[in-house]
Amino acid sequence: MTDILNALVIFANFVLVPGLAYGSQLALGALGVTMVYSVLRFSNFAHGELMSFGAMTAILTTWALQSQGIGLGPLPTALLALPVAIVVTIAVALIADRAVFKYYRKTRAESVIYLIVSLGVMFFLGGLIRFIIGPNDRVFTDGQRFIMKARSFKQMTGLNEGLAIKMSQGITVVTAFIMVAFVFWFLNKTRTGKSMRAYSDNEDLALLSGINPERVVMITWIITGALAAVAGTLYGLDKSYKPFTYLSILLPIFASAIVGGVGNPIGAIVGGFVIAFSELTVTFAYKKMLTYVLPETLAPEGLVQALSTEYKIALSFVILTIVLLIKPTGLFSGKTI
Amino acid sequence: MKKTLMALAATTLLAAPAMAEDVKLGIILGFTGPIESLTPDMAAGAELAIAEANASGNFMGGTNITSVRGDSTCIDSAAATATAERLVTADKVDGIMGADCSGVTTAILQNVAMANGVVMISPSATSPALSTLEDNDLFFRTAPSDARQGQVVADILIDRGIKTAAMSYVNNDYGKGLAESIIENFTAAGGTITISAGHEDGKADYGAEVGALAQAGGDILIVAGYLDQGGKGIIQASLDTGAFDMFFMPDGMIGDSLPEAIGPDLDGSIGSVPGTDSKGAAAFADMASAAGFAAGPFAAESYDAAALMLMAMQASGSKDSNVYKNSIMDVANAPGIKILPGELGKALEAIAAGKDVDYVGASAVELIGDGESAGSYAEIVVKGGKNTTARYR
Repeated sequence: MTDILNALVIFANFVLVPGLAYGSQLALGALGVTMVYSVLRFSNFAHGELMSFGAMTAILTTWALQSQGIGLGPLPTALLALPVAIVVTIAVALIADRAVFKYYRKTRAESVIYLIVSLGVMFFLGGLIRFIIGPNDRVFTDGQRFIMKARSFKQMTGLNEGLAIKMSQGITVVTAFIMVAFVFWFLNKTRTGKSMRAYSDNEDLALLSGINPERVVMITWIITGALAAVAGTLYGLDKSYKPFTYLSILLPIFASAIVGGVGNPIGAIVGGFVIAFSELTVTFAYKKMLTYVLPETLAPEGLVQALSTEYKIALSFVILTIVLLIKPTGLFSGKTI
Repeated sequence: MKKTLMALAATTLLAAPAMAEDVKLGIILGFTGPIESLTPDMAAGAELAIAEANASGNFMGGTNITSVRGDSTCIDSAAATATAERLVTADKVDGIMGADCSGVTTAILQNVAMANGVVMISPSATSPALSTLEDNDLFFRTAPSDARQGQVVADILIDRGIKTAAMSYVNNDYGKGLAESIIENFTAAGGTITISAGHEDGKADYGAEVGALAQAGGDILIVAGYLDQGGKGIIQASLDTGAFDMFFMPDGMIGDSLPEAIGPDLDGSIGSVPGTDSKGAAAFADMASAAGFAAGPFAAESYDAAALMLMAMQASGSKDSNVYKNSIMDVANAPGIKILPGELGKALEAIAAGKDVDYVGASAVELIGDGESAGSYAEIVVKGGKNTTARYR
């Protein structure tokens, strides 16, 4: 019995807990991408930098709060800074829309032009961020680091294997859940949310029924900005903030959105977890787990690893390709938003 | 408007002949990318040597030296080649202090330096492959090859009684070369590498890598990566999951930002970085802090690379790469007057007077083989959140 428990703890420690946290981060990012795609009909490559901008604002606010001696005890101060980050990021998203995207909406530009334009916005924001906070790594977690430490788990349960749960992982999952619940409630229950869905379903029909397109666009950016700020800050809290990584997180985020079915919020969330867990489960070495579970004679000598971790990145794209080949609209196709 | 243009054209015309007299060095380092936190100090090191030579007024009869920076990105060979191409053809540099990472250094050497006949002295490219690469005698490095570092790593581990180790290396020329060298030396010395797996830089999450490493197990985790990048991600994730609590960090991982970022959990971990306890290192550290930068990793090697290039030009009396490349080994090695950092003026004067110099510099330069540093290493132990030097090897 303890052998099985030990094996389960290994799995939870190295696959389940990190996968849940990483999946939540990807899901929040993919949700933002998918919102823009379904309402504004383009792939917003600037989303990663928008997340970065939110995280940067949260860091600067955290520093300001810390210098005033304001904290949250065991929780990271960054949670207090989050509202400020959300407001600033929404402002940045709205400014970017007014200054750049609005013009292309007026000229009814092709979506590929939009995409290139969003690349421009991405580079501009990236430069601005490096200008303000610099390219270096910033650690801004404070308060208690762990909910559960590997060592104290071992002492508590008497098992050989430890289970560690970081405070940032717990916060990530909880906050992601709240955000997602809020977005779904907003889209399905409120009048504005319904008008957004209508606009996304059929633009012309929505216009005829008196929906103000500029308002819908504005609300979309507000939600996207809020999602980006939260996703960026949570990611930075969990893995430390470095502007460069927000460029590379763009790929898994887009993979998540497309695997789930771009334009579909549920798809974005499922896609995030699919990508996160496939990266973790396929490249995991099951040697120790099997050694616990199997009788001694059958214990494996090798690492029992399906794929070496070098192929981790390729994996999300393999999944992406398979999904696009079999079901080009993604796992959750059908209606948009 | 027309007048302004005319004025501009006139000043450019006036300025051009004056510029032609100058000697120009290109400083190609990864100002963006995985080691961007190290490169400002490295560039400052090279520029310090140039400033010193200029201030002495002894360089080639009072010739002024200028420098121009270029971004190698550390990882993008195409971008690095383009930068080097621009520096060589448009800025007409007379030598390249760089590049930094092994992959881009190889690319620049093969595509630009050899094609145009320009000397390159890298302060930090350590891949063993660069030792045997065809280079028309244009390539030198003030950093030792990782073949040597692998030996040092194995020695340190065995001396500390560590017999099994897991290893994660950054998936590029530097990481792979170093990993192979470590495996070879450590296994020969009786140690076991339980797993050697690559990681990519700048990834969003390192949970998968750490999961595999943890399952393979070992007394210590060797992280042959970069401190600003995947290397840090691997260490952080290992500590968070309780997979490893002791790490070995080769030169790419040594820097103040890592212990600062990780905190007390890193205490007790060990590492290796090119370094000496020579008087030069201390003198250089003083000069660096006086000039307002830190003598961080490879800053000393950068200073030495620039200094060597200038002294070789002085010794051969030419800024033509194909001429002064033959003098680099002469000024770097014995016999001759020993030259420490801060004595470039004296060195240039001695060379002008026809005397031989033996450049010691900030990193105890001794070029061996095809023109690479023989390599003495500092054994690093992290204590109280700081990298401290335990001894030199």
